[in-house]
Amino acid sequence: MSNAHHPAPAPLGGKLVTPATVILAALAAIAFIILGIRFVFGLGSVTNINDGYTWGIWVVYDVMIGSAFACGGYTMAMLVYIFNKGEYHPMVRPALLASLFGYTLAGASVIFDLGRYWNTWHMFWPGYAQVNSVMFEVAVCITAYIVVMWIEFSPAFLEKFGLKDLKKKLNKVLFLIIALGVLLPSMHQSSLGSLLVVFGYQVHPLWQTIMLPLLYLMTAVTIGFAIVIFEACLSSSGFKRPLEMHILTKLSRLMTWVLAAYLAVRLIDLAVRGALGYMFEASVEAFWFWVEMALFIAPLVLLAKPADRMKPAKLFIAALCLLLAGFMLRINSYLVGLETGPGWHYFPSVPEIMVSIGMISLEILGYIVLVRYLPILPKEETI
Amino acid sequence: MSMNRRGFLKGALAGGTLLATAQPVAARDNKTMPPEALGLLYDATLCIGCKACVAACKESNGMPPEFSTPEQYWDTPLDISGKTLNVIKMYKSGNGENKDSEKDGYAFMKVSCLHCVDPSCVSACPVSAMTKNPSNGIVGYDKDICIGCRYCVAACPFGVPRFQYDTPFPQISKCQLCRHRMKDGKYAACAEVCPTGATLFGKVSELHAEAQRRMALKPGSTTVYPRGKLGGVDQSYEGRVAQYVPHIYGEKEVGGTQMIKLSAVPFEKVGMPKLPERSYAATSETMQHTLYGGLVLPLLFLGGLSYIAKRNVKDDENEND
Repeated sequence: MSNAHHPAPAPLGGKLVTPATVILAALAAIAFIILGIRFVFGLGSVTNINDGYTWGIWVVYDVMIGSAFACGGYTMAMLVYIFNKGEYHPMVRPALLASLFGYTLAGASVIFDLGRYWNTWHMFWPGYAQVNSVMFEVAVCITAYIVVMWIEFSPAFLEKFGLKDLKKKLNKVLFLIIALGVLLPSMHQSSLGSLLVVFGYQVHPLWQTIMLPLLYLMTAVTIGFAIVIFEACLSSSGFKRPLEMHILTKLSRLMTWVLAAYLAVRLIDLAVRGALGYMFEASVEAFWFWVEMALFIAPLVLLAKPADRMKPAKLFIAALCLLLAGFMLRINSYLVGLETGPGWHYFPSVPEIMVSIGMISLEILGYIVLVRYLPILPKEETI
Repeated sequence: MSMNRRGFLKGALAGGTLLATAQPVAARDNKTMPPEALGLLYDATLCIGCKACVAACKESNGMPPEFSTPEQYWDTPLDISGKTLNVIKMYKSGNGENKDSEKDGYAFMKVSCLHCVDPSCVSACPVSAMTKNPSNGIVGYDKDICIGCRYCVAACPFGVPRFQYDTPFPQISKCQLCRHRMKDGKYAACAEVCPTGATLFGKVSELHAEAQRRMALKPGSTTVYPRGKLGGVDQSYEGRVAQYVPHIYGEKEVGGTQMIKLSAVPFEKVGMPKLPERSYAATSETMQHTLYGGLVLPLLFLGGLSYIAKRNVKDDENEND
């Protein structure tokens, strides 16, 4: 998984106990205490979910958005191995690591939210598994992808532990693993949108469409670009490493093309369904629709000129806008645009939010520990 | 590079050709009424709001009381919930004096599972915990299979399945038409205790005939109303015919339901949503089957991706040598 044109990945080294890692660990610990309460007293003891909004942020953020934010590995693998853009090779491993953590935690978060979690295995058991269910497809696909990603990522471990033979054997079937690593996210990221189709009239027409799988898939791909740029900026400032601008500039150009295609599909779908008018109504839904759309359009404006794409600050802000846009699309379609009858309201409780924050902290913490310990980031050239 | 682009195009072309020749997946139609479908006919114009059905439902299903008043004297649920499978809700407008009048009147509406012919909850459930009996059509729930994902709660167009948020061992709760009482020759407790026959149990085909008979009658005339179980022990009585809205709720909504309703006040006013004839389950499953039917598309896609990835990984290795 190395490339001759680029420096080979190497462990960063350095201290593991720093103020940042201690705070992250503390936030993760708080989340686990709250989860302890949830497992003793039930979901209602710490969350605000109810029968009108039965899926709160533990599903919509931790799973839907969390896994979308973990699409860096998917997008990079597609770019490098399918579209054969070798120049992005150094981005694959760091992106894959973030994806590995994002997905593993998204998968684990599902368990916290399942009321009868001890039966989780039924989803994979013939006789119980219900193949018409979109949820079934999502569950099987995400689980399979987590396994695939660990295999995809294992060369980093194998290098560390000097298991060369095993690495060679793995290299022989790596193409299949890579193919699965592109197929599976395409399937479940689209299905995360498909889940909403059966909700029918309960989802506002600005978001309820049979095109949801395509909208979710296209935004997952663009989020994949955005998260790689975002993480590259953060890790370069956090680990005091130079930014690989030549790669990020090209990457951002691809990102804007996919984004433009998404916006075209989104607007054509609204027009074909005759739903354009809803965005001009004086409603909460219309307001949040505009916030979502503004965030999707902002990166196109920010990165319109080639010179803009060379500026790290602009790249960072554009990537951030796009991440927030993907966030809003998912929040809007699952929560803001969901109307289940009079009397139902939902806003996450503080403990609910703390659990999500704790999961993010755990993810960042794991990333920091692993890049210091394993060969993931490209080795810096010593001049 | 050019070599690989050509390879990619070749793969894409091959994939595209296969896709074009693949059998189109037929749209999944609404499911049809099971042969021995059982259900309820709720006639809001006969309901007097006594809530005997609410009490009987609690007792028959072993559900705990629920309080909505400061003095917790007796069971006072305001809505169905993890502890309540059936409630009678009241519509009121203006001075609320006239029964079954949209203006200055009041009316009742039973809220409980409608036992859809093509239920969203069954389609949504990833583990077959929610099932539709192929013969009598009762939508049943098995807590021992359920994973508690609550997709059924979110998917139901009537907001029926509810979840227990206040226990570490929660279940989904929903009306199962007292299927546990049927082995003793009994039927739905709500219909059994209803003093006016507002809730009537029976075969769906017969309930439909009864509903149509009532709607054809002249408002203000008298007719005989059966009580309890249609075709069971005769407990009928004579009553006055109300001015029904010309709509049997549940005849066509989301492909039909096995609990049907009559009312004198428009259904939207009494909390029953206006719904299309095509079931959401059919729409969702058509989409799923188009994408995943026989795993044809995913396998084709995987084949194309593997072919391309194999070429590109090889290039990668060669560069390293």
